Amino acid sequence: MVSVRQAERNELRSGVLLPPASAEGSCVTAQSPSIPTEKQPRGKAMAKSRATILPELLQEDERTLLADWLALQKTAGALSSGQISDAELAENSRRFLAALRGAAATGQFIDITAPTWAETRAALEEVSRSRAARGLTPSETATFVFSLKEPLFDLLRQKVGKDADRLADEIWTATMLLDKLGLFTAEVFQKNREEIIARQQRELLELSTPVVRLWEGVLALPLIGTLDSERTQTVMESLLEEIVNSGAEIAIIDITGVPTVDTLVAQHLIKTVAAARLMGADCIISGIRPQIAQTIVHLGLELGVVSKATMADAFALALRRLGKTVVDRVPARPES
Amino acid sequence: MAEIPVLKIGDCLLVSIQVDMHDRLAMQLQDDLTNRIVGDRARGVMIDISALEIVDSFIGRMLNNIAAMSRVLDAVTVVVGMRPAVAITLVELGLSLTGVRTALNVDKGLALIREAIDDPGGALGRGEG
Repeated sequence: MVSVRQAERNELRSGVLLPPASAEGSCVTAQSPSIPTEKQPRGKAMAKSRATILPELLQEDERTLLADWLALQKTAGALSSGQISDAELAENSRRFLAALRGAAATGQFIDITAPTWAETRAALEEVSRSRAARGLTPSETATFVFSLKEPLFDLLRQKVGKDADRLADEIWTATMLLDKLGLFTAEVFQKNREEIIARQQRELLELSTPVVRLWEGVLALPLIGTLDSERTQTVMESLLEEIVNSGAEIAIIDITGVPTVDTLVAQHLIKTVAAARLMGADCIISGIRPQIAQTIVHLGLELGVVSKATMADAFALALRRLGKTVVDRVPARPES
Repeated sequence: MAEIPVLKIGDCLLVSIQVDMHDRLAMQLQDDLTNRIVGDRARGVMIDISALEIVDSFIGRMLNNIAAMSRVLDAVTVVVGMRPAVAITLVELGLSLTGVRTALNVDKGLALIREAIDDPGGALGRGEG
């Protein structure tokens, strides 16, 4: 099959379709010498002078560029999320362009981590931070930088005119620069999101481990949320600390707020109970919902500790162990 | 070498560990204690570790051993005053000392021993097995 096709093609090339083949050939012959011979000197020339018109373009046409860019961002739907106001977008864009102009004036486009680009980076960091805080997506944030390409390239085309090589060089420089800045924006965005998540985690950790004194000698630990290793550690520490401080003999661990109990959560619970027992306090686990009871049995877990369905039952048991009784002050009314 | 004193209170023995435990000291304590349980015909042993800040698996095992030896000699062992950090460490080491009874302080420990002596073979206070 292949050989037949090959033969056909050879035949075509040699005979019938000679003009296109020769055109192709001529094209190749025209191009192939030009690539090796011309590219290297051009590369050297670029490296030597790099006479890009970007700085002066940014200097002279900042106003037009800004107007074009803003219009483009708006038509591309930068404001459609409703998170960013018109004025803010304009201010962000203006500040970024001004910083870009300042940095471009130094003529150094390779390393955007250099001190000369500090102002530009600061402008982008601010954009990233405010967008990350408002829950915009990374692409929406990076698009802020990338959308500058279109108006900038348009402007370059107008300025450079017909010189294709020159235009390609200019666009290459500009696109490299904007790509780096765009990636930088995305990185900052990511970092900001991670900071937000870490802060929320810390707050959640602090928020969710209260140890309550129910009675003289009885502590309660209402657990809310999933028990992971880190939280178990915090919970365990605060419970044990409170056992020492209050001298309580009974601790009720209430898991009403724990959404799921798997083997890992059970293991964490068992650890907490074991540590409390080592210190001389007994634990009662309460707040076991029907589904959780089923899960525990299906998983074959053995908590090895007294468990009660509700906190009220657990508290009643704790009082009984302490030798206390709860008495009605008025005799209960007969139930109808 | 420092020696850990074993004090007699009624028919109970009280050991208060106030220094850092090293292995030879631990072995010597086991020796002393078993001798004293037999010699004084003690019914209960209380080990106060409220001053103990550092534990390793060896000390954990020693506590377990002392409890087991006392049980063989028909005495009840209670470990009292364990610090939170020590408790967490032992649990992380996988030593939950299931054979050892525990109490928050010496007072409660004594009450627990009384209860266990008065009610032999009964609920044994806590219900761990």
